[in-house]
Amino acid sequence: MTSSDAAIETTTLRVRRGGVEVLHGVELRVPPGQLVGLLGPSGSGKSTLMRAIVGAQRIDGGEVRVLGERAGSPALRRRVGYVTQAPSVYDDLTVAQNLAYFARILGAPRSDVARVLDEVDLAPLAGRLVSRLSGGQLTRVSLGIALLGSPRLLVLDEPTVGLDPVLRRDLWRLFARLAASGVSLLVSSHVMDEARRCDRIVLLYQGSVLADLTPEELLRSTGTTDADDAFLALVAGAGR
Amino acid sequence: MNGRRTIATTVRVLTQVRHDPRTIALLLLVPSLLIGLMSWIFSGTSVFEVVGPALLGLFPFTVMFLITSITTLRERRGGTLERLMTMPMGRADFILGYALAFGLIAVVQALIAVGYAVWVCGLTVAGDPWLLVLVAVVNALLGTTLGLFVSAFARTEFQVVQFMPALVFPQILLGGIFIPRDRMPDVLRIISDWLPLSHSIAALQKVAADANSTSEVLGELAIVGWFALAFVVLASITLRRQTR
Repeated sequence: MTSSDAAIETTTLRVRRGGVEVLHGVELRVPPGQLVGLLGPSGSGKSTLMRAIVGAQRIDGGEVRVLGERAGSPALRRRVGYVTQAPSVYDDLTVAQNLAYFARILGAPRSDVARVLDEVDLAPLAGRLVSRLSGGQLTRVSLGIALLGSPRLLVLDEPTVGLDPVLRRDLWRLFARLAASGVSLLVSSHVMDEARRCDRIVLLYQGSVLADLTPEELLRSTGTTDADDAFLALVAGAGR
Repeated sequence: MNGRRTIATTVRVLTQVRHDPRTIALLLLVPSLLIGLMSWIFSGTSVFEVVGPALLGLFPFTVMFLITSITTLRERRGGTLERLMTMPMGRADFILGYALAFGLIAVVQALIAVGYAVWVCGLTVAGDPWLLVLVAVVNALLGTTLGLFVSAFARTEFQVVQFMPALVFPQILLGGIFIPRDRMPDVLRIISDWLPLSHSIAALQKVAADANSTSEVLGELAIVGWFALAFVVLASITLRRQTR
């Protein structure tokens, strides 16, 4: 596989925010059709990296290529689905009205709204105002919007944070199903335990990539049995 | 620019307003209530004949400024704007979508306010009352575009509301309602020449006072239109796809 096949490829990506460099030459590669977990503690630069990938963050060095194009190029605006940490939805519209609006903006077929409602399991709540949804339902509306127009790449910023275990399991199953259908996914989390649900894991620590490996490799290389311990071992190794 | 996205945005904004009946009632009824109060206060004098037309321009400007600045601030803070900017959404689609939605509300608001002022409060209008409606709607668009621009400089709703005394009140004071502009001190008169609201108030007063003023009214209105256009350009600069 040549490097141009990658869904996401960053080379020596540097980003400064408020005069401080928050990403120090990040090299990230997301192979097509894989579910890649972007893991790291709060403040490690995960959101900034994701914003750079969707073209919302100005970069100060290096390169970000997404589906063969420069990040943020107009051709990508239909092909990349993005979910920010805050559920970016209109709370004075119903679930269906939110989806219908974003579908029109994307030029997605009308039937997409019903398809997405099923995929995120919100069909029974289609007519409910978003302001009256629970936190988990809100997250799923936001995720549903990202699925409109069947994008080839999904960039999801902490989509499972604060959700109950059942919902988290359901979402990770959905992610795996999407990856199996050929969609590439980059999903961030600060819950290390979610690492084992990914095809690959990228550990981001203080603005640099600490490791890029499979879940099995992570546990084997650190001689640990759970992801939290593995991560702590890697951080300790990096400090030396 | 894309018609489908502009219209989709207009429909979306109007749907949001529709889910809020209290706001609709306030939008449509408060101007008429205040105009009625004014005419009652000044009953038996000729003051209402001077101030009444100006009020028809002030309400749409002030109200649409507030509503637009707060709703677009929410879009900026809530992440929906960032989401739209990662989609194939043009900045012009966003601004025009808003302008069209609030312009439509302004048409209804102006029809009610002008009808109430003329038929219930007995405001005498020498010119064409439809011109009053037109000026009111252009004022609403002015308020909407200024609100879109100003929302970029506020971080909270508290700050946005404070922009009203800062940006709107001076225009009202200098607009020629309290004292004709040609009787103001020179410096203030020159400043008032450069404020859009002065020209819309002049337009409204001309419609009310003179039956043959249509071309002058349209001239004043064109100046207001240029200001609105300038705010559109400034607002579109503040809608960035990329931020630091």
